[in-house]
Amino acid sequence: MSRAEAAGTAETNESYEAPRARPLWALALFRSELSTTFRRWRTLALLAVLAAVPVLIGVAVKIETSDGGGFGRGGGGGGGGGGDGGPAFFSQITNNGIFLVFAALAATLPVFLPMAIGVIAGDSIAGEAGPGTLRYLLVAPAGRTRLLLAKFVTIMAFCLAATLAVAIAGLATGAMLFPLGDVTLISGTSVSFGDALVRALGVAGAVALSLVGIATVGLFISTLTNSGIAAMATTVGLVVTVQILDTIPQLHAIHPYLFPHYWLSFADLLRQPVYWDQLIKNAELQGLYLAVFGSAAWARFTTKDITV
Amino acid sequence: MARIRPIQVADDGFWDEDRPTRRTKALRYGAPVAVAGIAAGAIGLVPALASSGAPDLPKITAQQLISKMAASDQQQVSGSLKITTDLGLPTLPGGGSLAGAANDLAGEKGATASPESKLTELVSGTHTLRVAADGPDKQRVSIVENAAEYSMIHNGDQLWAYDSGSNSVFHSTAPKDAAGKRDHQRETPRDLREATPQQLAKQMLAAVDDTTEVTVDGTTRVADRDAYQLLIKPKQSASTVGSIRIAVDADNGVPLKFTLTPKSGGKAAVDVGFTKVDFGKPAAGTFDFTPPKGAKVTEDGAADHPEKGFKGRPGGATGSPGEEALSGLNVTGKGWDTIARLDDGQKAGATGDAPSAPGGDGGASSGLLGSFGKKVKGDFGSGTVFSTRLVNALMTDDGKVFVGAVDKDALVAAANKAK
Repeated sequence: MSRAEAAGTAETNESYEAPRARPLWALALFRSELSTTFRRWRTLALLAVLAAVPVLIGVAVKIETSDGGGFGRGGGGGGGGGGDGGPAFFSQITNNGIFLVFAALAATLPVFLPMAIGVIAGDSIAGEAGPGTLRYLLVAPAGRTRLLLAKFVTIMAFCLAATLAVAIAGLATGAMLFPLGDVTLISGTSVSFGDALVRALGVAGAVALSLVGIATVGLFISTLTNSGIAAMATTVGLVVTVQILDTIPQLHAIHPYLFPHYWLSFADLLRQPVYWDQLIKNAELQGLYLAVFGSAAWARFTTKDITV
Repeated sequence: MARIRPIQVADDGFWDEDRPTRRTKALRYGAPVAVAGIAAGAIGLVPALASSGAPDLPKITAQQLISKMAASDQQQVSGSLKITTDLGLPTLPGGGSLAGAANDLAGEKGATASPESKLTELVSGTHTLRVAADGPDKQRVSIVENAAEYSMIHNGDQLWAYDSGSNSVFHSTAPKDAAGKRDHQRETPRDLREATPQQLAKQMLAAVDDTTEVTVDGTTRVADRDAYQLLIKPKQSASTVGSIRIAVDADNGVPLKFTLTPKSGGKAAVDVGFTKVDFGKPAAGTFDFTPPKGAKVTEDGAADHPEKGFKGRPGGATGSPGEEALSGLNVTGKGWDTIARLDDGQKAGATGDAPSAPGGDGGASSGLLGSFGKKVKGDFGSGTVFSTRLVNALMTDDGKVFVGAVDKDALVAAANKAK
């Protein structure tokens, strides 16, 4: 209620001063959306849970390896998906703490990150429509398109914040528990720690970009219903379903068009030279989802009857 | 409840001014549909446009093209390769393929980074390889995997293999004295390099004789370079090889793409080609390697790795007559119709030939083995034929094995003759 009023008054004042000149991307609404989202306990709890994942992984690997044996093999006991040494990057964590960043991102990307995005995106419109605050937001002369844009930008900001939370917690934990120093990339080439940090930042960016697709789909689903819970559950369920579809070999024809298909492409930034093919494909695919579901959300939201 | 419609809140003139009629609604929903349609069209059209248009190059005879390839002295190359193999190996009930099973038998569950165990992975499916070479002393081949990479770096007398997935390193040094030993170890780097179009093409050209028909079959574009297509066809009817196409760079004679199609038709059994290629000097640090801290390093010779068993594999995979791999065996036939005979069924497992890989399990698996094969009878008695898309094998009931890239009848004939 209060957020609606806050946004309303800010917008109203501005519009009286300059009724026509205000561009679509005026910042007041975005600012109020951002601060309401990031001040919520729910959002902070999500970020805290995400940040806890690398800490957990780091501590587990530290305990596992402190009594001698290496991690990843040996203990695997024949399971371990034949051939590869446990989940991605796990075997390198003990040698260089920065790999905790990559391992944590690889571990959170399939479930935790999309789930958090699903909660925020699913809640964005439907969560306002349910308790009836959406009409108050629309009473403010901001326009539906602008409100939708503000919601979208907020979700994107959360994607970035969530990824950075994992990455920074991973880096901090890795620096505390494991040695740092020159980094051996997965191609076997050694680079300086500074170079590796730049690549880590690039990896975080690539992961955040990978989440654009699910974020936009979540926003679209959120415009379809008035129940925040339904929108969240549908979005999270979709993430799980699509990832299952992505593993069924008989459906390989549609795999390149599923949004999680190129998610692991962020690891290509750790090759020397960087292997861009998959990264570019991922960006194109996320852009496609953004265009299709973004415009669908716009079509739905601008023509919807807001009855509650 | 009062209805709140966009008309009441719009003041910025951005589409929100009109009450959403049914028509504007339809128009707006048209936007995502149109975007999706355009995207679908682009996805459908772009590859079609990209692959169209064979470049207009001066005519050239097969002989000229072959000598151009032979004269090619391109020392520096780097790029990405895509390798697709579909040898039609039977799938095990558990879901894994026989190639995978052979890999498990051979490679200590992938615990070491030895090149042989990796090589078997290339025998099925699609893989991306990145290669770089600078003269005969510096090469690098990497198999791009999901969030991991397997790299082989050859620099002077040092050979390193690094598997980032298991963080393990394989190292071997070519000693300067013992020549025989050196040969043996030089084989190791060669195994993976044989997967490049250059090596495959060289093997093919070595096999060219009067049993083979070689023609130039137009032009094509590979990895954004103009290329001639060399078409190689076996004249012998019993061969399972339908045709081999090699795309040769029109400028410098470097083979860019290698496609082997089995006679039975369908998809290519082996398809190796550059998707990106650059003939400049690779970056300086490309061939340097220092084992990362904490990586498990296996020295060559420390582990008794079953390299002998997998030597035959690249030959088999390329569908070349495989004289090299099968030397020391009884070989009959000539050119494409070469058939190798093994007198002891147990040896079949040792050659790493896919159909007999589970044979190591002994009698318990013979039922399983039988379910893959087809019973045949002839003057020699009776036996079982195991078929893949390229290589067929006949295992007679008295323990002889005949293997070749030939059809079933040729194997039976060879068995009859051997009797």
